[in-house]
Amino acid sequence: MTARLLVTLTMALLMASTAMADIGSRIWATGGVTTIEGSAGGGLVPWALLGSYASDEEWGGTLALSRAEVDDYSLTVTGAGLNWNNRLELTVARQTLDLDSLVFTLKDGFGLEQDELNLDIFGAKVRLAGDVLYSPWGQLSAGVQYKRQRDFTVPSAIGARDDTGTDIYFSGSKLFFAAVLDRNLLVNLTARATRANQGGLLGFGGDQNNSHEVMMEGGVGIFLTRQWLVGAEYRQKPDNLNFAAEDDWWDLFIAWVPDRRLAVTGAFVSLGDIATLEDQQGLYLSLQGSF
Amino acid sequence: MMANLYLKHLIAALLSGIALILVGCQSLNNQPDESLYQQLGEREGIANVVEDLLYLIVDDERINQQFKGMDVAQFHRNLTDQLCELSGGPCTYTGRPMRELHSDMSITDTEFNALAENLILAMERNDIPTGAQNRLIKALVTMYPDIRNL
Repeated sequence: MTARLLVTLTMALLMASTAMADIGSRIWATGGVTTIEGSAGGGLVPWALLGSYASDEEWGGTLALSRAEVDDYSLTVTGAGLNWNNRLELTVARQTLDLDSLVFTLKDGFGLEQDELNLDIFGAKVRLAGDVLYSPWGQLSAGVQYKRQRDFTVPSAIGARDDTGTDIYFSGSKLFFAAVLDRNLLVNLTARATRANQGGLLGFGGDQNNSHEVMMEGGVGIFLTRQWLVGAEYRQKPDNLNFAAEDDWWDLFIAWVPDRRLAVTGAFVSLGDIATLEDQQGLYLSLQGSF
Repeated sequence: MMANLYLKHLIAALLSGIALILVGCQSLNNQPDESLYQQLGEREGIANVVEDLLYLIVDDERINQQFKGMDVAQFHRNLTDQLCELSGGPCTYTGRPMRELHSDMSITDTEFNALAENLILAMERNDIPTGAQNRLIKALVTMYPDIRNL
């Protein structure tokens, strides 16, 4: 190190001010992205990560817009979240499912005129312990999602019991540095107690089962670089309605996080049979901004 | 039906794209004999990373207060030796133990994250390969409890 450099650095340190950065300090992509239910995670599964980049002395927020187009349906989600001190995440999301081809089934079979279903989801998640990057056992969080189905005529007609429901989940996330070909590996496991039909879009409880059941959900991802994450998720689902069988969900995703402000997620999603329409597969695209 | 066919082509393209990227990473990583120390550019390469890290720290208002009044030359020498030793190089860290050094600083997670971020940026400026970056951070993360005084 040259003498001039030493002087420059020392002078600069002497003049350092105390202002805070305007966006959170957590490492890139450690806020996950916004799931279809608003909570931070992947696409279909909430992870133990809290949204935005707020670290232990910071506030942060996210806004997200997502769309899934499968064979016979399309789902639009708008979501927003706040994070206090990387301790508490509060989220709100609105799902709108366009029924597309199911409109005719409903009209012919039930005499119902309905072309979309709306669901509101209010979420809270608390980081209980650990840090996804720095703790040997990773990060553990607990969350709750209160869901309100806003168009209950159709769910009611096919056997759903309630238009509101509450999911409770525990989630663990851990990043393993240099784990696969020297790339970082992110692993997530979530256990959720739920009685929601198709996440709540088809109401809660049913004629086949009406109580909370524990479902396992998980995801793995590899950071190709710090900006690119590829991976897969799996979400086990209950099967409460006699009207139609409900299948587990899975997806393959690729997320691009060029900096802390923006995250873009693309995925292939497989949602199985939904309300008698078989093997619903398609593409998912999500944009998330953080502040 | 048409839409479905189109979709399956897209999915196939997406999957083969991911496969290609993974294969690409593997071929980039075909240097099993090269130690982390060599990948970092030996002591000179590490010294350059630490120098860039210092510039980033100075400009970072989240943490530069914590470094006020430090001996810049000594910090540069000690951290370079430490990273050199940690990556398997022929150096010996002669500074104070990590826990003792940070015991009065009450380092927050925000500050720890800021330093980690600056180290990554400094490595990127010096074209350290992603895999070597990850391996160095893996070794450094074990110091987290000592630095945060947990």
